[in-house]
Amino acid sequence: MTGSPIGSQAAGAQGPSPESFAGAEPGATAPASEGKKQIRKEQLRVLYTSPGFIVGVIIVGFWIIASVLPGVLTSFDPKEFVDAGPRVKPGGEALLGTDKNGWDVYTRVIYGARKILTIAPISTALAIAVGTFLGLIMGYYKGWVDEILSRIIEAILSIPVILMAIVIIFTFGRTTTVIIGTIALLFVPAITRTIRSAAIAESDLDYVMSAKMRGESGFFIVTREILPNVVGLVVVEGTVRLGYAIFTYTTLAFLGFVGGDITDADWGIDVSQNYEQIARDIWWPSIFPAAAIASLVIGVNLIADSIDKAVKS
Amino acid sequence: MLRFILRRLVLAIVTLAFLLVIVTLIPNIAPGDPARKIAGGTASPERLIEVTEALGLRDSVATQLWKLVKSVVTLDFGDSFSVATGEPALSLVLTALGNSAKLVILSLIVIVPLSILGGLVTAYKKDTWIDRLIINVGIAFSAIPDFVAGVFLLAFLAVPVDFFKVQGAAPPDSGILTEIQHLLLPVIAVLLVYFGYIARVTRAGTISALDSDYARTAFMRGLSTPQVFRKHVARNALQPTVAVLGTQLGYLFGGMVALEKVFGYQGVGNLILKAVDKADYPVLRTGVLAVAIIYMLATLSADLLIAYMNPRTRQSLGDN
Repeated sequence: MTGSPIGSQAAGAQGPSPESFAGAEPGATAPASEGKKQIRKEQLRVLYTSPGFIVGVIIVGFWIIASVLPGVLTSFDPKEFVDAGPRVKPGGEALLGTDKNGWDVYTRVIYGARKILTIAPISTALAIAVGTFLGLIMGYYKGWVDEILSRIIEAILSIPVILMAIVIIFTFGRTTTVIIGTIALLFVPAITRTIRSAAIAESDLDYVMSAKMRGESGFFIVTREILPNVVGLVVVEGTVRLGYAIFTYTTLAFLGFVGGDITDADWGIDVSQNYEQIARDIWWPSIFPAAAIASLVIGVNLIADSIDKAVKS
Repeated sequence: MLRFILRRLVLAIVTLAFLLVIVTLIPNIAPGDPARKIAGGTASPERLIEVTEALGLRDSVATQLWKLVKSVVTLDFGDSFSVATGEPALSLVLTALGNSAKLVILSLIVIVPLSILGGLVTAYKKDTWIDRLIINVGIAFSAIPDFVAGVFLLAFLAVPVDFFKVQGAAPPDSGILTEIQHLLLPVIAVLLVYFGYIARVTRAGTISALDSDYARTAFMRGLSTPQVFRKHVARNALQPTVAVLGTQLGYLFGGMVALEKVFGYQGVGNLILKAVDKADYPVLRTGVLAVAIIYMLATLSADLLIAYMNPRTRQSLGDN
């Protein structure tokens, strides 16, 4: 983010004639975009060399492989009664043991990655798209629309996310579409608020003023002037929210709100189906999926943290 | 100042009214017959009509809302349908809130001093290995869902160590010490979730306060570190911490649904979960309203506390 507003500012200053909104632009932006490229390169270098990012990518990468090609990592089926029999301890015949149904825990953990790694990114992407759009519009135009939407955002944020999710999913049914929509909807307010305050700060800068004086349309200013300058923030917000989406989905699965078949391999569901046996010392069918959840969330957070640091560097 | 409080209160009440209307209209929006959801698939037609009437679904939306206003004024939110049939919803919610309050208060007693201490230590030891260790481990734990932390604690503390209990609630009629003993594991889980978060906020606030001109001046006047902290830094350094605590307090009351489930604890989150499971609209409505009220009171008091700590905020909030 640093430096890029200055670049656009220069572009605006060099082509102030109101009628030529496209004509003066390419020549004027050339040196500025060079500077931008340099900055972006620097940021990427900071990112790629940070240990947190590397560890995060390895963890998340492993789960992505598991969700795309589970067959490579295990030869069993998640609902296959393996030879070892039910409730076998980890090690020995089954790597991570077997659960009460005689299913291989390791296989279920591998297969469990797919659902979460589909639902969480889709809902995050939806939330980011809507939240960025609303935030930019509200931050740039302000006025009564902004006032009303801000109050609605406050109202939604005033209820714990999980509670809100339960109520919405209860109302509209436990289908995958509803779950994706709910997680997205619940993240929109926070994203909107972040982008809105960034857009307000950007709107006060000279480059937006000069674009206005050039006679650019509001749409052009929002999408071509302000948006590029908040992209770093959008990326950071996206990765942070992805972590929360995983958090929220697994919690909903644990609470039994994701519908579908409870015998499907799903980390949250597997924890909820097996955690009561911990008291009888059969810890592996719930602890390994729980550890998988923890590792994925930590991996995503490591990536988010590193991107945040790189963007701010 | 008074203007600020009034403005915030009005906003809070409007928000609550808005929420209440939505929660009340849920049975109208929800697909399928809500009466059938409550009475079950095999219910007789007479029973279905009875439930529909109890839900007030025969009335127009306007009448439903009017009844809602009446119920708020008289504090009569109807009786539970299915969670505890016949019991007033309000008394069920109040009992659950009492349980939640026990957990929340004990958690705060443990979390607040520990995480502020963590934040201060890391701020003073900025960029050393101890800073990195505390902050990174703390953040890793805040990232994982509360129920995951809870399940780990069950497996690694409750089962091997007899002192820690699997159930969050003590048997009835046990003393306060036994109750605390049963609450220890949920409290540790909450601590794991919040420590890194609060410590990081405190750390950032303290570092920026220590970097300020007034702190430098105070050091140059020859004051010792504790003196500088107490007299000059604390007020500013802890403002973000207070703000975070204010928002998190509301979450502690209503957001611990999964953790309450792990430890079988009858808090308000668990009650709302049960109400949803059994389509018990009066309990659901009252529970959501209660959580929202607590959340708003918590953020409001945090804002007031910050205004008290920082006269400048007082000014700008009043003007708004």
